[in-house]
Amino acid sequence: MPTQTAPLSATPTDGAESDEPVAHHFDTLQQQQEAVTLGMWVFLATEIMFFGGAFATYTVYRREHSAAFHAASRELDLVLGGVNTLVLLTSSLTMAFAVAAAGARKKGLTVLMLAATMVLGAAFLGIKGVEYHHKYEHHLLPAFGLPFEWHDHAQAGGAKLFFSLYLGMTGLHALHMVIGIALMGIFAVRVWRSVDVGHRRQGTEVLGLYWHFVDVVWIYLFPLLYLIDRS
Amino acid sequence: MSDPHGATVSPSTSTSPQPSSPPGVVTVTRPAVRDPVNYLNVDYSWKSWLLTVDHKRIGILYLLSITFFFVIGGAAAVAFRLELMTPKADLFESETYNKLFTMHGVVMIFFFLIPSIPAVLGNFLVPLMVGARDMAFPKLNLASWYLFMIGGLTAVWTMLIGGVDTGWTFYTPYSSTYSNTYVMATAVAVFITGFSSILTGLNIIVTVHKLRAPGMHWFRMPLFIWSHYAASLIMILGTPVLAVTILLVAIERGLGIGIFDPKLGGDPILFQHLFWFYSHPAVYIMILPSFGVISEIIAAFSRNRVFGYRFVAFASLGIAVLGFLVWGHHMFVSGQSAYAGMVFSILSLLIAVPSAIKVFNWTATLYRGRLRFDTPLLYALGFIGLFTIGGLTGLFLALLAIDVHVHDTYFIVAHFHYIMVGGAVMGYLGGLHYWWPKMTGRLYPEGWARLSAILVFVGFNLTFFPQFVLGYLGMPRRYHIYPPEWQTLNVMSSAGASILGVAYLFPITYLIWSLKFGPRASANPWDATGLEWQVPSPPTTHNFAVTPHVTEDAYAYPDSALVGDAH
Repeated sequence: MPTQTAPLSATPTDGAESDEPVAHHFDTLQQQQEAVTLGMWVFLATEIMFFGGAFATYTVYRREHSAAFHAASRELDLVLGGVNTLVLLTSSLTMAFAVAAAGARKKGLTVLMLAATMVLGAAFLGIKGVEYHHKYEHHLLPAFGLPFEWHDHAQAGGAKLFFSLYLGMTGLHALHMVIGIALMGIFAVRVWRSVDVGHRRQGTEVLGLYWHFVDVVWIYLFPLLYLIDRS
Repeated sequence: MSDPHGATVSPSTSTSPQPSSPPGVVTVTRPAVRDPVNYLNVDYSWKSWLLTVDHKRIGILYLLSITFFFVIGGAAAVAFRLELMTPKADLFESETYNKLFTMHGVVMIFFFLIPSIPAVLGNFLVPLMVGARDMAFPKLNLASWYLFMIGGLTAVWTMLIGGVDTGWTFYTPYSSTYSNTYVMATAVAVFITGFSSILTGLNIIVTVHKLRAPGMHWFRMPLFIWSHYAASLIMILGTPVLAVTILLVAIERGLGIGIFDPKLGGDPILFQHLFWFYSHPAVYIMILPSFGVISEIIAAFSRNRVFGYRFVAFASLGIAVLGFLVWGHHMFVSGQSAYAGMVFSILSLLIAVPSAIKVFNWTATLYRGRLRFDTPLLYALGFIGLFTIGGLTGLFLALLAIDVHVHDTYFIVAHFHYIMVGGAVMGYLGGLHYWWPKMTGRLYPEGWARLSAILVFVGFNLTFFPQFVLGYLGMPRRYHIYPPEWQTLNVMSSAGASILGVAYLFPITYLIWSLKFGPRASANPWDATGLEWQVPSPPTTHNFAVTPHVTEDAYAYPDSALVGDAH
């Protein structure tokens, strides 16, 4: 379990200079900031275990249905998946800028960067939706009793499992992005209304940790789903 | 440490020797005029309870809620123990019987045992014991209670509209494909409640790391804190795996996305692996906090430092870590490879080491202690005996050959009830009695409480010991029709269950009675160590007016027979 403080600009002096309000049950601002950051890291540990269950399922099935998984993987759209990876990585960059901007007490820039992150996140979801639609048109979306067709009858079960996992895992990832975008929207309004954006530095940082985590999940999903048979 | 609010209650008795008359009598003071302001009487409105962020009030909310669920789960048990009095089906059809034992399992595990000690006593005591004014995240703490209630009421609603018949284990493909009952709704209920458990664990971990008072080093913390920390690690690392597993079953059942479907080449055993990856460690979520309670009680009532403090502390962490490596012993007969079975068997046997360290160290703490056989100690002694039986029969089950013989029989049922009821529930009741004066400011009637502790012990053994024999003879679990030669043992078990049921009604009655009629408790009615006993009973909303500075180890009983040799 990670117990370090955040890697991003969490030097104690940052906190000492700020007049950020301290909740009644904390003695110092530093204690509060450390607790909040640790809380997010602990939460991310639970998220790793959450996705871990799905990744374990993927691992077992890929071993049991290796040929079908490789064949099914080739049906995924490498261009759209690659573009989406770029979009998401860029959104992590703008998120990191938002944290830096909040640390520098630049309110307008913080909100702008949060908005850019939200737009990029929405773009990712849009592209994902296009991909889902393509799979639907090709009868490769094994949900809601939709028709599923696979050319090789012997591999049909394994291929269906692959697309089930594809849908389940990317869907779970997309759900995390929707939650992240919603939280970011609420938070951006609070930043905009705050008198001293320095008070929102830690909030931005914790939100950033979550966003980067969701990004990292995709960094694993992309090769495991799209790239296993592209050599 | 000074006690700024204690002046209006009776003075702390930490230095004066305890007279020989029963405790609870000596420490009574008649109320002077009116109670000083505390966390209970500070505000009586509904809003002040439903929107509270005070960890103590949230603990009380949990106490009321889990008692409600305990009664529901207990009612189901009464119903099927009645059915089992005869070899034939008298009261229920098989389908109803399946729903009853599922309801009992789901409610008792997810809505009573998992939250019991951590969410009630842990919530109430962790901040007090480490010298903090609240949990690290008070609002999340309240959110966790709301999640718990949403999940719990969803589960109750599911039972009212028809119930679920899969057993609490939700094994696929029965749960994902074939069962015609309300699997989805129950799965959603358990999923939501899982997040309440995660939030509680997260809160405890951050509180222990970041909110300890000055001087409260890791090795000065009460063992209650160590065991809650270990249980919280399991809550945050295990529960999410259950969540995703349930989610996969739900999308298979609800959205038609086949994950475990054997028709596609999906693997039902994989479900069992994922399920038990949480659900075996979940047993340690139930028992570890109980270990913590027992350590506190035994130290206080033998007036000794806990023997081998560090070993007991590390044993908790050891159980938490090892607990994640043994889940495969639930699948010895499920088609898991023989090699995996052997590895899981050896790892499961290893769990006995830290567990035995605890039992031996508790007994060593009692040795040459000046014992006071008050209710909490009675529960603690019962715990040691029953947990030892439960643990030793667990070793039987960890052995491949014996497990093949008794798998899915009443032997298993008896084993895990010895751990979960004989262990976890006894610990919970012992802790509830021990800290009741702190939580409510009132003393409970000692005579009734001792009687109920003895009745619980007798009723429990009469209920579950015959089940070891039944299981060894081959009676499978989850059936309500059985060959007539097993009736005597089943009648014994049902008779014990009736004693147990009555014995549980006792504390519910006299504890409520004590709220109005019980004598007032002093700040430290047991003359125990620990920061929680240095604030008034009941404490004020913010616990400590001045942040305490800790200067001595836990359990520094001045007259301890073991002073000096614990390290």
